[in-house]
Amino acid sequence: MSGQQFDNKIVQWIDDRLPVFSILKHSAVDYPTPKNLSYWWNFGSLAGVVLVIMLATGIFLAMAYAANTGLAFGAVEHIMRDVNYGWLLRYLHMNGASFFFICVYIHIFRGLYYGSYKAPRELLWAIGLVIYLVMMGTAFMGYVLPWGQMSFWGATVITNLFSAIPVVGDYIVTLLWGGFSVDNPTLNRFFALHYLLPFVILGLVGLHMVALHTTKSNNPLGIDAKGPQDTIPFHPYYTVKDLVGIGVFLLVYLAVVFFAPNFFGEPDNYVPANPLVTPPHIVPEWYFLPFYAILRAIPDKLGGVVAMFGAIIILFFLPWIDSSKVRSAKFRPIFKQVFWIFLIDCLILGYCGSQPPEGDIVVVGRIATAVYFLFFPTLWVLGKVEKPRPLPHSISAPVLKGGAAGHAAQPMEKA
Amino acid sequence: MAETSTPSQGTPPEGESRRDFLLYAASAVGVAGTALAVWPLIHSMNPAADTLALSSTEVDLSAVAEGQAITVTWRGKPVFIRHRTAAEIEAARNVNLAELRDPETDEKRAQKPEWLILVGICTHLGCIPMGQKPGDPKGEYGGWFCPCHGSVYDTSGRIRKGPAPLNLAVPTYTFLTDTSVRIG
Repeated sequence: MSGQQFDNKIVQWIDDRLPVFSILKHSAVDYPTPKNLSYWWNFGSLAGVVLVIMLATGIFLAMAYAANTGLAFGAVEHIMRDVNYGWLLRYLHMNGASFFFICVYIHIFRGLYYGSYKAPRELLWAIGLVIYLVMMGTAFMGYVLPWGQMSFWGATVITNLFSAIPVVGDYIVTLLWGGFSVDNPTLNRFFALHYLLPFVILGLVGLHMVALHTTKSNNPLGIDAKGPQDTIPFHPYYTVKDLVGIGVFLLVYLAVVFFAPNFFGEPDNYVPANPLVTPPHIVPEWYFLPFYAILRAIPDKLGGVVAMFGAIIILFFLPWIDSSKVRSAKFRPIFKQVFWIFLIDCLILGYCGSQPPEGDIVVVGRIATAVYFLFFPTLWVLGKVEKPRPLPHSISAPVLKGGAAGHAAQPMEKA
Repeated sequence: MAETSTPSQGTPPEGESRRDFLLYAASAVGVAGTALAVWPLIHSMNPAADTLALSSTEVDLSAVAEGQAITVTWRGKPVFIRHRTAAEIEAARNVNLAELRDPETDEKRAQKPEWLILVGICTHLGCIPMGQKPGDPKGEYGGWFCPCHGSVYDTSGRIRKGPAPLNLAVPTYTFLTDTSVRIG
């Protein structure tokens, strides 16, 4: 028998036929994890927790919602006023979306800083980006469901992006709408897809985990674990650390849910959708703002759309664009500064996206867009010219100093 | 026959290519069949028969005084009808076509010069431009101004400034009498 041995006879009986316990033990208990992970490594599991919260609250919200242009706005108000704890479910779900993106953005920038996208984790990074893309689609369609003014006009602007595609653009937009404007068929299919896509994300998260447990976790030093002395079992060490993170996260998340539930929202979305009046200032949800700024920075419709999608697509090629073999920014003095410039640039883009496109904002938005795209060729050049600081011999070496002489004399990392 | 990797019972040497042919033919039928089966799923997302059958809209223009504008709905979209003043027509016609992004003469865009009828949807990303109500900003060319991304249209609904690539669309319409029009 190739499986694990368990003391409990029933567990053993099941595991011999369906190895769920073996898999669980292998990937969540014994899983050898680098022993130097910092709190920046909490955000992956936090994003997973938010996904579960979103699924749970979403399923119950769907039971009280009606995907019909005549009923949707009222159904959401019905949830807020009449459904037992409906206000709680909706505010958890609405703010959950924002906190999902906060966790994922920190998770992505952590991966950037510590070079987690580099070999052998290219596909792990790519699956993560696919999750991010599906998340954006899900969030966009979810925002349409309350059928307020921002729902309607956000949907109109975003679906019209596809009309920039030459030749087939208009057919695609009509196909997306199921009509000649955003209307009932659009709302109905967005609801269907908004319900489906979280389960797609769940499947992708499964793939993300399989890839992670194949290549193992990166760590703040960015060097490979050399053996058992560099790792600790996931349980109980990181289950406990993740739980601490979850506790702190819930404090912040619930503080917003209870005391500032509309902090991330737009007042205009409490006005029912009106196809004949555009709100004077359309803004997407905050997590789309940097891309919205890139869209507006290019004074050409197709060019803007290409730049906006390109800003995400280019991230898939990052493992091959970055020519440096050293993963962690700790040992790359110039990259470290370039990273912070890139991060600040993304925040500036976000600010530009939130402002009306007038005056200086246009100029700043264009410069920030240029800086965003310059980041990638810079990474390629940097790998060639930058002199990295010497890497430690192993994860244990910098902590144990001379004490680990027995196994510190290992060669440098292979990758 | 001894060198073929798959055991075959008395198959002639050309049996390999026949087997390949069957494989390719079956794969091709499978791919084509799947594509055909997917089409109904995709096409179900296109406008349904009742959406396509949405009738045309008839509008009575007698109450719209010169300089006024009204917005009517046609196929779920706003349609701008502006009763243009002589000055507005003059401005629309005295434009050098060479400086337009989407060159079109005003004569082609308005069957009757005093009535300008347009689909009121910005050709950039589908917002409704402002300029229908008296207090609205009309942009520097006296036509329409889109608040979303700053596109400016002139008194013929032609794009003059901003990111929009095309003029405001002119729907098909027929004047039934001097003061009533059917759109669609």
